[in-house]
Amino acid sequence: MSTVLIAIAALLGLAALFGAVLGYASEKFKVEGDPIVEQIDALLPQTQCGQCGHPGCRPYAESIANGEEHNLCPPGGETTVEALSELLGREVLPLDNEGAEDASVERVAYIREDECIGCTKCIQACPVDAILGAAKQMHTVIADECTGCDLCVDPCPVDCIDMIERPTTLATWTWDRPAGIGRRPEQRIDLVNL
Amino acid sequence: MTEYLLILISAVLVNNFVLVQFLGLCPFMGVSNKVETAMGMSLATTFVLTLSSVLAYLTWAYILVPFELQYLRTISFILVIAVAVQFTEMFVKKASPLLYRVLGVFLPLITSNCAVLGVALLNVRQSDATFMSSLTYGLGAALGFSLVLILFAAMRERIAVADVPEAFRGPSIGLITAGLMSLAFMGFSGLIKL
Repeated sequence: MSTVLIAIAALLGLAALFGAVLGYASEKFKVEGDPIVEQIDALLPQTQCGQCGHPGCRPYAESIANGEEHNLCPPGGETTVEALSELLGREVLPLDNEGAEDASVERVAYIREDECIGCTKCIQACPVDAILGAAKQMHTVIADECTGCDLCVDPCPVDCIDMIERPTTLATWTWDRPAGIGRRPEQRIDLVNL
Repeated sequence: MTEYLLILISAVLVNNFVLVQFLGLCPFMGVSNKVETAMGMSLATTFVLTLSSVLAYLTWAYILVPFELQYLRTISFILVIAVAVQFTEMFVKKASPLLYRVLGVFLPLITSNCAVLGVALLNVRQSDATFMSSLTYGLGAALGFSLVLILFAAMRERIAVADVPEAFRGPSIGLITAGLMSLAFMGFSGLIKL
Protein backbone atom coordinates (compact mmCIF):
# COMPACT_ATOMS: atom_id res chain seq x y z
CA MET A 1 0.00 0.00 0.00
CA SER A 2 2.72 2.46 0.99
CA THR A 3 4.60 1.88 -2.30
CA VAL A 4 1.53 3.00 -4.23
CA LEU A 5 1.22 6.08 -2.04
CA ILE A 6 4.90 6.91 -2.49
CA ALA A 7 4.55 6.51 -6.25
CA ILE A 8 1.53 8.78 -6.37
CA ALA A 9 3.19 11.33 -4.11
CA ALA A 10 6.35 11.32 -6.25
CA LEU A 11 4.42 11.89 -9.45
CA LEU A 12 2.29 14.59 -7.83
CA GLY A 13 5.41 16.26 -6.49
CA LEU A 14 7.04 16.23 -9.91
CA ALA A 15 3.90 17.58 -11.56
CA ALA A 16 3.55 20.36 -8.98
CA LEU A 17 7.22 21.33 -9.35
CA PHE A 18 7.03 21.47 -13.15
CA GLY A 19 3.74 23.32 -12.98
CA ALA A 20 5.35 25.97 -10.82
CA VAL A 21 8.33 26.28 -13.21
CA LEU A 22 6.05 26.68 -16.23
CA GLY A 23 3.84 29.15 -14.44
CA TYR A 24 6.85 31.26 -13.57
CA ALA A 25 8.20 31.02 -17.13
CA SER A 26 4.89 32.05 -18.69
CA GLU A 27 4.94 35.21 -16.58
CA LYS A 28 8.62 35.86 -17.21
CA PHE A 29 8.52 35.32 -20.99
CA LYS A 30 5.14 36.93 -21.59
CA VAL A 31 4.87 38.38 -25.10
CA GLU A 32 2.95 41.60 -25.49
CA GLY A 33 1.25 41.93 -28.83
CA ASP A 34 2.64 40.11 -31.80
CA PRO A 35 6.25 41.22 -32.33
CA ILE A 36 6.28 40.00 -35.94
CA VAL A 37 3.73 42.74 -36.74
CA GLU A 38 6.19 45.37 -35.50
CA GLN A 39 8.92 43.96 -37.72
CA ILE A 40 6.67 43.87 -40.80
CA ASP A 41 5.41 47.37 -40.05
CA ALA A 42 9.00 48.64 -39.89
CA LEU A 43 9.64 47.37 -43.43
CA LEU A 44 6.54 48.96 -44.96
CA PRO A 45 7.07 52.47 -46.39
CA GLN A 46 4.59 54.16 -43.99
CA THR A 47 2.94 56.13 -46.77
CA GLN A 48 -0.47 55.08 -45.37
CA CYS A 49 -1.72 55.18 -48.97
CA GLY A 50 -4.26 52.39 -48.73
CA GLN A 51 -3.50 50.82 -52.11
CA CYS A 52 -3.17 47.41 -50.51
CA GLY A 53 -6.84 47.58 -49.51
CA HIS A 54 -6.15 48.30 -45.84
CA PRO A 55 -6.62 51.61 -44.06
CA GLY A 56 -2.89 52.06 -43.45
CA CYS A 57 0.45 50.33 -43.13
CA ARG A 58 -0.05 48.86 -39.68
CA PRO A 59 -3.37 47.13 -40.49
CA TYR A 60 -1.68 45.71 -43.58
CA ALA A 61 1.23 44.48 -41.43
CA GLU A 62 -1.26 42.69 -39.16
CA SER A 63 -2.97 41.21 -42.18
CA ILE A 64 0.36 39.96 -43.60
CA ALA A 65 1.13 38.38 -40.25
CA ASN A 66 -2.20 36.56 -40.54
CA GLY A 67 -1.24 35.11 -43.88
CA GLU A 68 -2.19 37.67 -46.53
CA GLU A 69 0.04 38.08 -49.59
CA HIS A 70 2.97 40.44 -49.01
CA ASN A 71 3.14 41.85 -52.54
CA LEU A 72 0.32 44.39 -52.41
CA CYS A 73 2.36 47.50 -51.61
CA PRO A 74 3.11 49.58 -54.75
CA PRO A 75 4.92 52.46 -52.96
CA GLY A 76 7.32 49.97 -51.39
CA GLY A 77 8.01 48.36 -54.74
CA GLU A 78 10.04 45.23 -55.37
CA THR A 79 12.52 46.04 -52.61
CA THR A 80 9.81 45.88 -49.94
CA VAL A 81 8.50 42.60 -51.34
CA GLU A 82 12.00 41.16 -51.20
CA ALA A 83 12.63 42.42 -47.66
CA LEU A 84 9.30 40.99 -46.50
CA SER A 85 10.02 37.65 -48.16
CA GLU A 86 13.35 37.58 -46.37
CA LEU A 87 11.72 38.35 -43.01
CA LEU A 88 8.85 35.92 -43.37
CA GLY A 89 10.65 33.12 -45.17
CA ARG A 90 8.09 33.21 -47.97
CA GLU A 91 8.56 33.08 -51.74
CA VAL A 92 9.41 36.34 -53.50
CA LEU A 93 6.26 37.26 -55.43
CA PRO A 94 5.98 39.74 -58.30
CA LEU A 95 4.56 43.05 -57.14
CA ASP A 96 0.78 43.19 -57.54
CA ASN A 97 -0.55 46.61 -58.52
CA GLU A 98 -3.58 46.07 -60.70
CA GLY A 99 -4.15 49.74 -61.46
CA ALA A 100 -0.91 50.55 -63.23
CA GLU A 101 -0.59 49.45 -66.84
CA ASP A 102 2.99 48.32 -66.62
CA ALA A 103 4.57 47.63 -63.23
CA SER A 104 8.10 47.93 -64.59
CA VAL A 105 7.64 51.61 -65.52
CA GLU A 106 8.10 53.98 -62.60
CA ARG A 107 5.51 56.72 -62.56
CA VAL A 108 5.49 60.16 -61.08
CA ALA A 109 2.72 62.75 -60.65
CA TYR A 110 2.90 65.86 -62.79
CA ILE A 111 0.75 68.98 -62.22
CA ARG A 112 -0.12 71.03 -65.32
CA GLU A 113 0.72 74.23 -63.57
CA ASP A 114 -1.22 76.71 -65.69
CA GLU A 115 -4.45 74.81 -64.94
CA CYS A 116 -3.89 74.51 -61.17
CA ILE A 117 -6.31 76.65 -59.13
CA GLY A 118 -4.43 76.29 -55.84
CA CYS A 119 -7.10 74.37 -53.90
CA THR A 120 -4.53 72.40 -51.74
CA LYS A 121 -6.64 69.22 -51.98
CA CYS A 122 -3.81 67.24 -53.55
CA ILE A 123 -1.45 68.43 -50.82
CA GLN A 124 -3.72 66.94 -48.18
CA ALA A 125 -4.00 63.68 -50.11
CA CYS A 126 -0.26 63.21 -50.60
CA PRO A 127 1.04 60.62 -48.11
CA VAL A 128 4.71 61.58 -48.56
CA ASP A 129 4.43 65.40 -48.65
CA ALA A 130 5.77 65.52 -52.17
CA ILE A 131 3.50 68.36 -53.30
CA LEU A 132 4.56 71.91 -52.68
CA GLY A 133 2.20 74.92 -52.68
CA ALA A 134 -0.21 77.07 -50.72
CA ALA A 135 -3.85 78.18 -50.97
CA LYS A 136 -4.57 80.15 -54.18
CA GLN A 137 -0.96 79.53 -55.24
CA MET A 138 0.13 77.15 -57.95
CA HIS A 139 1.26 73.71 -56.70
CA THR A 140 3.99 71.51 -58.00
CA VAL A 141 5.31 68.00 -57.40
CA ILE A 142 8.77 67.30 -56.04
CA ALA A 143 9.56 64.49 -58.45
CA ASP A 144 12.27 62.97 -56.26
CA GLU A 145 9.85 62.53 -53.35
CA CYS A 146 6.87 61.26 -55.36
CA THR A 147 6.21 57.50 -54.97
CA GLY A 148 3.74 57.36 -57.88
CA CYS A 149 0.87 56.29 -55.62
CA ASP A 150 -1.95 57.99 -57.62
CA LEU A 151 -3.69 59.32 -54.50
CA CYS A 152 -3.52 62.98 -55.60
CA VAL A 153 -5.21 62.36 -58.95
CA ASP A 154 -8.78 61.81 -57.70
CA PRO A 155 -9.12 64.78 -55.33
CA CYS A 156 -8.09 67.34 -57.98
CA PRO A 157 -11.25 69.31 -58.96
CA VAL A 158 -9.84 70.47 -62.30
CA ASP A 159 -8.08 67.23 -63.27
CA CYS A 160 -4.76 68.90 -63.84
CA ILE A 161 -2.64 66.04 -62.43
CA ASP A 162 -1.21 63.43 -64.80
CA MET A 163 0.71 60.32 -63.94
CA ILE A 164 3.66 60.36 -66.31
CA GLU A 165 6.58 58.01 -66.73
CA ARG A 166 9.54 59.12 -64.68
CA PRO A 167 11.70 60.97 -67.20
CA THR A 168 14.97 59.27 -68.04
CA THR A 169 18.07 61.16 -67.03
CA LEU A 170 21.72 60.46 -67.70
CA ALA A 171 21.93 58.78 -64.31
CA THR A 172 19.00 56.40 -64.82
CA TRP A 173 19.29 55.52 -68.52
CA THR A 174 20.10 51.89 -69.41
CA TRP A 175 20.14 49.82 -72.58
CA ASP A 176 16.90 48.14 -73.56
CA ARG A 177 16.79 44.49 -72.71
CA PRO A 178 16.99 42.21 -75.77
CA ALA A 179 13.63 41.04 -77.10
CA GLY A 180 13.52 37.38 -76.10
CA ILE A 181 10.58 35.03 -75.78
CA GLY A 182 7.63 36.80 -74.24
CA ARG A 183 8.86 40.30 -74.99
CA ARG A 184 6.88 40.68 -78.20
CA PRO A 185 3.13 39.92 -78.24
CA GLU A 186 3.34 37.23 -80.95
CA GLN A 187 5.94 35.37 -78.87
CA ARG A 188 4.03 35.28 -75.61
CA ILE A 189 3.82 31.75 -74.32
CA ASP A 190 0.02 31.61 -74.16
CA LEU A 191 -0.29 32.98 -77.70
CA VAL A 192 2.24 30.61 -79.21
CA ASN A 193 0.26 27.79 -77.57
CA LEU A 194 3.08 25.40 -76.79
CA MET B 1 37.67 12.87 -20.96
CA THR B 2 38.28 10.17 -23.60
CA GLU B 3 35.18 8.43 -22.34
CA TYR B 4 32.99 11.46 -23.03
CA LEU B 5 34.55 11.92 -26.45
CA LEU B 6 33.74 8.30 -27.24
CA ILE B 7 30.15 8.74 -26.08
CA LEU B 8 29.86 11.86 -28.24
CA ILE B 9 31.24 10.24 -31.39
CA SER B 10 29.20 7.13 -30.76
CA ALA B 11 25.96 9.11 -30.46
CA VAL B 12 26.69 11.43 -33.40
CA LEU B 13 28.02 9.00 -35.99
CA VAL B 14 28.08 5.34 -35.06
CA ASN B 15 24.71 4.99 -33.34
CA ASN B 16 23.12 7.99 -35.01
CA PHE B 17 19.60 8.22 -33.69
CA VAL B 18 17.92 8.92 -37.00
CA LEU B 19 19.84 6.90 -39.53
CA VAL B 20 20.99 3.93 -37.46
CA GLN B 21 18.42 3.58 -34.69
CA PHE B 22 15.54 5.03 -36.75
CA LEU B 23 14.20 7.26 -33.99
CA GLY B 24 12.79 10.72 -34.70
CA LEU B 25 11.94 10.10 -38.35
CA CYS B 26 8.87 12.34 -38.24
CA PRO B 27 10.70 15.69 -37.96
CA PHE B 28 13.46 14.23 -40.16
CA MET B 29 11.03 13.91 -43.08
CA GLY B 30 8.75 16.77 -42.05
CA VAL B 31 11.08 19.73 -41.54
CA SER B 32 13.73 18.97 -44.13
CA ASN B 33 12.31 20.89 -47.07
CA LYS B 34 14.34 24.04 -46.44
CA VAL B 35 17.79 24.32 -44.90
CA GLU B 36 16.82 27.35 -42.82
CA THR B 37 13.85 25.61 -41.23
CA ALA B 38 15.97 22.54 -40.69
CA MET B 39 18.57 24.65 -38.86
CA GLY B 40 15.90 26.18 -36.63
CA MET B 41 14.49 22.76 -35.87
CA SER B 42 17.98 21.42 -35.16
CA LEU B 43 18.67 24.24 -32.72
CA ALA B 44 15.37 23.74 -30.89
CA THR B 45 15.81 19.97 -30.78
CA THR B 46 19.41 20.25 -29.61
CA PHE B 47 18.34 22.47 -26.75
CA VAL B 48 15.37 20.30 -25.76
CA LEU B 49 17.27 17.03 -26.10
CA THR B 50 20.21 18.11 -23.96
CA LEU B 51 17.98 19.73 -21.37
CA SER B 52 15.54 16.84 -21.14
CA SER B 53 18.33 14.26 -21.07
CA VAL B 54 19.88 15.95 -18.05
CA LEU B 55 16.54 16.55 -16.33
CA ALA B 56 15.51 12.96 -16.93
CA TYR B 57 18.76 11.76 -15.38
CA LEU B 58 18.22 13.98 -12.33
CA THR B 59 14.66 12.70 -11.95
CA TRP B 60 15.96 9.17 -12.24
CA ALA B 61 18.87 9.52 -9.82
CA TYR B 62 17.26 11.65 -7.13
CA ILE B 63 13.58 10.69 -7.21
CA LEU B 64 12.96 7.36 -8.90
CA VAL B 65 15.94 5.32 -7.66
CA PRO B 66 15.84 6.39 -3.97
CA PHE B 67 12.12 5.58 -3.73
CA GLU B 68 12.52 2.43 -5.86
CA LEU B 69 10.08 3.73 -8.43
CA GLN B 70 12.07 2.70 -11.52
CA TYR B 71 8.92 1.36 -13.16
CA LEU B 72 7.59 4.96 -13.34
CA ARG B 73 10.44 6.06 -15.60
CA THR B 74 8.49 6.24 -18.87
CA ILE B 75 5.66 8.40 -17.54
CA SER B 76 7.92 10.69 -15.52
CA PHE B 77 10.28 11.16 -18.50
CA ILE B 78 7.32 12.06 -20.70
CA LEU B 79 6.40 14.66 -18.08
CA VAL B 80 9.96 16.02 -18.02
CA ILE B 81 10.13 16.23 -21.82
CA ALA B 82 6.74 17.94 -22.09
CA VAL B 83 7.87 20.58 -19.60
CA ALA B 84 11.21 21.10 -21.37
CA VAL B 85 9.43 21.55 -24.72
CA GLN B 86 6.86 23.92 -23.29
CA PHE B 87 9.59 25.98 -21.67
CA THR B 88 11.56 26.11 -24.93
CA GLU B 89 8.44 27.17 -26.81
CA MET B 90 7.85 30.07 -24.43
CA PHE B 91 11.49 31.07 -24.66
CA VAL B 92 11.63 30.94 -28.47
CA LYS B 93 8.37 32.87 -28.76
CA LYS B 94 9.89 35.63 -26.67
CA ALA B 95 13.41 35.56 -28.08
CA SER B 96 12.78 35.03 -31.80
CA PRO B 97 9.20 35.42 -33.07
CA LEU B 98 10.40 34.66 -36.58
CA LEU B 99 11.89 31.32 -35.61
CA TYR B 100 8.67 30.65 -33.70
CA ARG B 101 6.63 31.20 -36.86
CA VAL B 102 9.00 29.16 -39.01
CA LEU B 103 9.01 26.19 -36.65
CA GLY B 104 5.26 26.45 -36.20
CA VAL B 105 3.67 23.16 -35.30
CA PHE B 106 6.97 21.29 -35.21
CA LEU B 107 8.08 22.91 -31.99
CA PRO B 108 5.34 21.33 -29.86
CA LEU B 109 5.87 18.18 -31.91
CA ILE B 110 9.34 17.76 -30.35
CA THR B 111 7.35 16.40 -27.41
CA SER B 112 6.39 13.41 -29.48
CA ASN B 113 9.83 13.10 -31.07
CA CYS B 114 10.70 9.56 -30.08
CA ALA B 115 14.42 10.36 -30.16
CA VAL B 116 13.96 12.58 -27.09
CA LEU B 117 12.28 9.88 -25.03
CA GLY B 118 14.65 7.31 -26.53
CA VAL B 119 17.71 9.18 -25.31
CA ALA B 120 16.29 9.56 -21.80
CA LEU B 121 15.37 5.88 -21.56
CA LEU B 122 18.56 4.53 -23.12
CA ASN B 123 20.54 6.77 -20.81
CA VAL B 124 19.29 5.30 -17.54
CA ARG B 125 19.45 1.79 -18.92
CA GLN B 126 23.23 1.92 -18.56
CA SER B 127 24.01 1.02 -14.97
CA ASP B 128 26.92 3.46 -14.65
CA ALA B 129 25.12 6.54 -15.98
CA THR B 130 26.38 9.77 -14.44
CA PHE B 131 25.33 13.39 -14.80
CA MET B 132 28.14 14.13 -17.25
CA SER B 133 27.61 10.99 -19.31
CA SER B 134 23.89 11.69 -19.74
CA LEU B 135 24.67 15.30 -20.66
CA THR B 136 27.18 14.14 -23.28
CA TYR B 137 24.86 11.45 -24.57
CA GLY B 138 21.96 13.90 -24.93
CA LEU B 139 24.20 16.46 -26.63
CA GLY B 140 25.68 13.83 -28.93
CA ALA B 141 22.27 12.51 -29.92
CA ALA B 142 21.11 16.07 -30.60
CA LEU B 143 24.20 16.91 -32.66
CA GLY B 144 23.76 13.71 -34.66
CA PHE B 145 20.12 14.59 -35.28
CA SER B 146 21.07 18.13 -36.35
CA LEU B 147 23.85 16.87 -38.61
CA VAL B 148 21.70 14.45 -40.59
CA LEU B 149 18.70 16.81 -40.63
CA ILE B 150 20.72 19.67 -42.14
CA LEU B 151 22.56 17.39 -44.58
CA PHE B 152 19.27 15.87 -45.64
CA ALA B 153 17.60 19.28 -46.03
CA ALA B 154 20.48 20.49 -48.18
CA MET B 155 20.07 17.45 -50.42
CA ARG B 156 16.31 17.84 -50.63
CA GLU B 157 16.69 21.47 -51.70
CA ARG B 158 18.73 20.31 -54.66
CA ILE B 159 16.43 17.36 -55.37
CA ALA B 160 13.49 19.79 -55.48
CA VAL B 161 14.93 21.39 -58.63
CA ALA B 162 16.33 18.18 -60.11
CA ASP B 163 14.64 16.28 -62.91
CA VAL B 164 13.24 13.37 -60.91
CA PRO B 165 11.10 10.75 -62.73
CA GLU B 166 7.38 11.40 -62.24
CA ALA B 167 6.75 8.34 -60.08
CA PHE B 168 9.48 9.24 -57.57
CA ARG B 169 8.64 12.92 -57.01
CA GLY B 170 8.03 14.25 -53.51
CA PRO B 171 8.28 12.03 -50.43
CA SER B 172 9.28 8.92 -52.42
CA ILE B 173 12.62 10.33 -53.51
CA GLY B 174 13.00 11.74 -49.98
CA LEU B 175 12.65 8.29 -48.43
CA ILE B 176 15.01 6.75 -51.00
CA THR B 177 17.57 9.46 -50.21
CA ALA B 178 17.16 8.82 -46.48
CA GLY B 179 17.74 5.11 -47.11
CA LEU B 180 20.94 5.82 -49.03
CA MET B 181 22.13 8.15 -46.26
CA SER B 182 21.39 5.46 -43.70
CA LEU B 183 23.42 3.02 -45.78
CA ALA B 184 26.29 5.49 -45.84
CA PHE B 185 26.14 5.90 -42.06
CA MET B 186 26.44 2.12 -41.67
CA GLY B 187 30.02 2.69 -42.74
CA PHE B 188 30.75 4.21 -39.33
CA SER B 189 29.71 1.06 -37.48
CA GLY B 190 33.23 -0.29 -37.05
CA LEU B 191 34.56 3.00 -35.64
CA ILE B 192 33.78 2.44 -31.93
CA LYS B 193 32.43 -0.48 -29.98
CA LEU B 194 30.48 0.65 -26.92
